Amino acid sequence: MQDVAQDGAVVSTRQIIDDVVVRFAGDSGDGMQLTGDQFTRTTAAQGNDLATFPDYPAEIRAPAGTLAGVSGFQVHFSSHHVRTPGDQPSVLVAMNPAALAANVKDLKTGGLIIVNTDKFGARDLEKADLTSNPLEDGSLDAYQVVPVQLSNLTKAAVQELGLNTKEADRCKNFFALGMTYWLFDRALDWTQNWIRTKFKAPYAEANLRALQAGYNYALTVELFHAGYEVPPAALKPGTYRNITGNQATALGLLVAAQKAGRPLFQGAYPITPASDILHLLATYKEFGVITFQAEDEIAAISATIGAAWGGAIAITSTSGPGLALKGEALGLGVIVELPMVVVDVQRGGPSTGLPTKTEQSDLFIALYGRHGDAPNPVIAAQTPGDCFHAAIDAVRIAVKYMTPVLLLTDGYLANGAAPWRLPDLDEIPEIPVSLADDPETFHPYERDPDTLARPWAIPGTPGLEHRIGGLEKADGSGNVSYDPDNHQKMTEIRRQKIARIAQDLDPVDVEGDSGGLLVVSWGGTFGAVRSAVTQARLAGTRCGHLHLRWLNPFPRGMAELFAGYDQILVPELNMGQLATVLRSTFLVDAKSYSKVQGKPFKVSELVARIQTMTSQA
Amino acid sequence: MSTVEDTPQYHKKDFMSDQTVRWCPGCGDYAILSQVQTVFADLGIPRHQFAVVSGIGCSSRFPYYMNTYGFHTIHGRAPAFATGLRLANPELSVWLVTGDGDGLSIGGNHLIHILRRNVDLQILMFNNRIYGLTKGQYSPTSEVGKRTKSSPMGSIDRPFMPCALAIGADGTFIARTADIFVKEQRALLKAAHRHKGTSFIEILQNCVIFNGGAFDDQTARKLRDEHCVFLENGKPMLYGSKDARKGLVIGDDYRIGSIDIHTPEDEARVLVHHQTNLAMATLLTRIGTDDGLPTAMGIMYHMQAPVYEREVYAQIETAQARPGSGNLHKALVGKNPWTVQG
Repeated sequence: MQDVAQDGAVVSTRQIIDDVVVRFAGDSGDGMQLTGDQFTRTTAAQGNDLATFPDYPAEIRAPAGTLAGVSGFQVHFSSHHVRTPGDQPSVLVAMNPAALAANVKDLKTGGLIIVNTDKFGARDLEKADLTSNPLEDGSLDAYQVVPVQLSNLTKAAVQELGLNTKEADRCKNFFALGMTYWLFDRALDWTQNWIRTKFKAPYAEANLRALQAGYNYALTVELFHAGYEVPPAALKPGTYRNITGNQATALGLLVAAQKAGRPLFQGAYPITPASDILHLLATYKEFGVITFQAEDEIAAISATIGAAWGGAIAITSTSGPGLALKGEALGLGVIVELPMVVVDVQRGGPSTGLPTKTEQSDLFIALYGRHGDAPNPVIAAQTPGDCFHAAIDAVRIAVKYMTPVLLLTDGYLANGAAPWRLPDLDEIPEIPVSLADDPETFHPYERDPDTLARPWAIPGTPGLEHRIGGLEKADGSGNVSYDPDNHQKMTEIRRQKIARIAQDLDPVDVEGDSGGLLVVSWGGTFGAVRSAVTQARLAGTRCGHLHLRWLNPFPRGMAELFAGYDQILVPELNMGQLATVLRSTFLVDAKSYSKVQGKPFKVSELVARIQTMTSQA
Repeated sequence: MSTVEDTPQYHKKDFMSDQTVRWCPGCGDYAILSQVQTVFADLGIPRHQFAVVSGIGCSSRFPYYMNTYGFHTIHGRAPAFATGLRLANPELSVWLVTGDGDGLSIGGNHLIHILRRNVDLQILMFNNRIYGLTKGQYSPTSEVGKRTKSSPMGSIDRPFMPCALAIGADGTFIARTADIFVKEQRALLKAAHRHKGTSFIEILQNCVIFNGGAFDDQTARKLRDEHCVFLENGKPMLYGSKDARKGLVIGDDYRIGSIDIHTPEDEARVLVHHQTNLAMATLLTRIGTDDGLPTAMGIMYHMQAPVYEREVYAQIETAQARPGSGNLHKALVGKNPWTVQG
């Protein structure tokens, strides 16, 4: 590699660019997620900032070659700060006609298409519902098409290794990856090392040869007008790793439990796209982490509440359908006032909906999805790396206020990766835990005057034997009470307790102008909305951006803030849930901009909406 | 943790809470509450190490009347709460109180899974074959044809047999008794406590209001000898009155039958109970309904199997014993970090 990089002739052909979006697309069996992941890791190690968007079908293996089976992975990398996986790819790697057909409409005009021409037989076209061959019918005239006999070239590259046709064909994603590595001047060594640890002989050797062959092919055949160079971004000094939202959530929970000095307990039932949190925490037994794969979603949260009673930092993780099932137990969590965190990795709903696609449509169920007046705090993470900090904040509030806390992430954050600068563990404050231990002064429902939290009294503590449960309890003593006035009082206390959490939250913080249009967002749309507001302001629009981290309670100062703006726009990947809450809470004319296509916002569509709104004003 | 030496001498009243017991007068739950309080005082465990967990229903009010740690949870889910509690705090003596509706209907899923996992705790299932707290609908153990508010022409649901279900779910300690069998009940509670794993005790319990007399055959003094076989490990399964002794035998068709005992030869044919015999126990869980055979009382099945929490902690200990374990920084860094220089 280095020979090549040091070769003056080759370097001279490279054009320096600062921002690229590449999408790999193929059958769900073609290894596109793996290919994208390798490109991501290599690119991160090369010092670019980046964001990724894996987009895969719900079926593990849809019929090969069909539109339903297309799996994609988009990487946006840059010499500058990257906030989103990018609106439009400038490079598309398409492994078959279905992948081409499903993705070409997203490509930038003039963009580059690397396409596997070996998969364009009549039957392949038919499987992709194509009546004519796009490589011949002129439909790709607006793009630079680089036709490559990927299957045959790969076969030739691995010929001597004695693999059968099917096995040889499986290496073609590495051939394609090798080509993109040449195109963007990426080093091969990271992927080479990975292949050596991941595959056994002769498959390791086959994949290595395919990768190298793809690289060499791109270098020697001069398929491309030029290679590119994307210089490293000026990232803040420190140790970095790539992190997905689910990884960051798991690590945040782990660190929070350590900071609280209590064992971490997770009750969970497998569900897309939240299962990775369970997978990861199950590997942290060395920290005393207990993961309990329950028989269902209800058992998962019930065991979590049982563990919270037993003194653990107890969490359960799920996605929308699971949260619906957990509703009754969560209500019990509210009335028994035990600390726990419920992580909801949102996906397209209702029902099974779009299980592998992203959405923000669980805000209402997070805020209101329990019977009775049962408030609980809700926090939403804004980037993959922020899931780490949001998880710690969620645990901190749960313990301090003795309440279940809902942590909302989404499929986009959960599976998307970004470089993450490791936090200094010593700088993360301890999470103080005070356990009741004095039989003389203990009353199960006596409250801290500041937080209104009741004491955490763990079974096994001498002299504190008491009963908790779903029946309404008398203020102070915690005995079962059917007294009407007591129920009114306890209901009000439960609401007040959650409202008081606002005293712990950062005040509202707006980026941009203090008048004009205020764009209010929450959760995983942060990057797209922040980029859009920045672009709109550069183009002369007067606007500001408020991104909410806590959805219940809201930070203080919202009403005063809203008063300073002429218009409020609330873009959400739902039908206007936050907009509805803002309208009812603050009596403001918050306008919803809704998108529910299982995909994140494009920056361009947000900019367009901002400009339309402000030009009409 | 407290040792037996510094455990105070308890009396039954030490386990009675200050709350007024609010079951109906004559309810079988009173007798069970009394036996549990009596047995707890005898187990040599500090009071603060007891936790009683329940679901929803008449039986599930139980924790409020026990002066121990108690958790009255939600309908059917007590096994999951208890599992989480045991995992977080494996020192506790956990007792789970449920009923035939709570445990077999809404909570059937959790019951079978706690049994197969073999979490170390005791399940007391009060079976009164009716929904009491909701005022008298047929339950999953109600007999076919039972007329209730929700089955005015008679129930058409085929009933579960709780012990048969428990043994089918790979339970490791399966027993049955009745609310008024004071001596037997206490012995079973103690045996269940000693068992390492999930102990399942079905307690036939009389609901005087909605299903009074449901178990008269098994519990009435004049009838019980004829209708119950009281199992003892290693002893022949004999029952009946002194004048009309009977015994259980196995036929060539592998069915359990009953013979009248007149001679020593007859007696020699009677099956000897072995608690660890799964095939025999499976048959015993099912006899006593319209088959002319007695209901089995006592421990039908008892075997040792790995205890769930112990296995969980064993894996944790294994992980913690690995060199370099417990390095939080290493977990955060992951496998492929890189450094950006200032």
